[in-house]
Amino acid sequence: MSKKNCNNPSSKSVDRRSFLKGTAFGLASLAIPFGTSDASVWEAFFQKHFREMNDDEIKSVIKRMEKEYADEYKTGFKIKTTGPLPGVKFGYGLDLSRCIGCRRCVYACVKENNQSREPQIHWITVLQFEKGEKWVNVFEEADRYYNPQEVPEEGHFYMPVQCQQCENPPCVKVCPTQATWKERDGIVVVDYNWCIGCRYCMAACPYGARHFNWGKPQIDKKELNPDVHYLGNRPRYKGVVEKCTFCIQRTRENPGRYPACVEICPVGARKFGNLLDPESEIRYCIENKRVFRLKEDLNTSPKFYYFFAI
Amino acid sequence: MNLKSLSKILLIVSIPVILLLMLSSYAASADDTTDYPVPPPPFSEGIFPCSGCHAGMEANTNRRELSFHEDIKLKHFDGWCFNCHNPGDRDTLRLASGKIISFKESEYLCGQCHGTMFRDWKVGVHGKRTGFWNGKKEYRLCVHCHSPHQPGFKPLKPLPPPIRPEDSKYKTSETIPLNPLDSIKE
Repeated sequence: MSKKNCNNPSSKSVDRRSFLKGTAFGLASLAIPFGTSDASVWEAFFQKHFREMNDDEIKSVIKRMEKEYADEYKTGFKIKTTGPLPGVKFGYGLDLSRCIGCRRCVYACVKENNQSREPQIHWITVLQFEKGEKWVNVFEEADRYYNPQEVPEEGHFYMPVQCQQCENPPCVKVCPTQATWKERDGIVVVDYNWCIGCRYCMAACPYGARHFNWGKPQIDKKELNPDVHYLGNRPRYKGVVEKCTFCIQRTRENPGRYPACVEICPVGARKFGNLLDPESEIRYCIENKRVFRLKEDLNTSPKFYYFFAI
Repeated sequence: MNLKSLSKILLIVSIPVILLLMLSSYAASADDTTDYPVPPPPFSEGIFPCSGCHAGMEANTNRRELSFHEDIKLKHFDGWCFNCHNPGDRDTLRLASGKIISFKESEYLCGQCHGTMFRDWKVGVHGKRTGFWNGKKEYRLCVHCHSPHQPGFKPLKPLPPPIRPEDSKYKTSETIPLNPLDSIKE
């Protein structure tokens, strides 16, 4: 049989190598939607990893993206790509003796960071525990749906949980496409154009801090925040993972604003600053207060410090 | 006297007047003579300056139910008005040492008893800070969050809890829920 084929002059014109090549190209071209195959789709399809692009490439990607967002949301977005400030490593402090569980931070974050309203995504989860309870043991079953007339409820305390910005982030280790990584200022970021939505990172995160866009994110046009960062609060796509970025679009400015959750907190329980600056508020907390980090035994080394001021 | 010398005198007189005016306007604009950058104290509307009413009144140093300030119910320590207010000039406060301070720096008054809080407040750990993490920060006076007469922090209504996964139904309707934060006015 094989001998016969070899002798056939017509079979020689398609050897195995060119057959495979042709098939690959054919399949690849099928993967691109033809109905909308304008230049923008091609560019998005072949967009490089954020850290592999040079300044010109980033500029052209931002230009294309701003146009896409303007078409889709009818809002002029300004997408920043501000890099980390030198000599800065961000740290966060949360005073558990002050938090009253009012959830102002949850919704300030939703608004600032363009989280999907439907399906609902919250980057901050506030847990309620009973005072005196061995809360570490019941951490995973803690009540996050409490809804009394007024907070704080008698005999309870509250613990907001969001991305802990680990120095040793398990989510980064498991990402098969390197779509998430730790920046020099310690913020763990996601490139939404590189995320394939496998959700390994969500399984790896011990804090439940990562959230998946199960549907196309929906936000009322009036509530969009047009001041966005490429690695932060720009509108997400269906099927990508997102998380807290310490408000990268605010904190990386110089002078840098506080994250939205810090600014809204009515009891001043949230502290933020530069861990490398001995004069910063966060350093004062670490040096003078009783601090702990969540699930420290996992060696994730979070830069999110819970403390008791009294 | 001729016209020339008159104008000379006018000029000489006007220079210190202009200088004084400039100085006074500078003092008015640079009003934050306080040690920490704080917004103005949260007075009830129309209540300040106290001397508006109290100027002609004799200070009654007897402890009693107040007839005019009936909204003030003191639930602080076992103290009363003149532990903090200055009987000599009601537009100011008086420390235990006898030092007179303005309402704009009332943190020194609170700090007399609440020393550890005052220490933490100074470095920005007790209380709310806004502004910039590596730049100018805005402080708040103790009395912006704690009523000096009833300092306990008032309970708040919590914003809605997250939707339980089992109750979540993804719908592409035009009724996208609005942010509940917008409905509260504080």
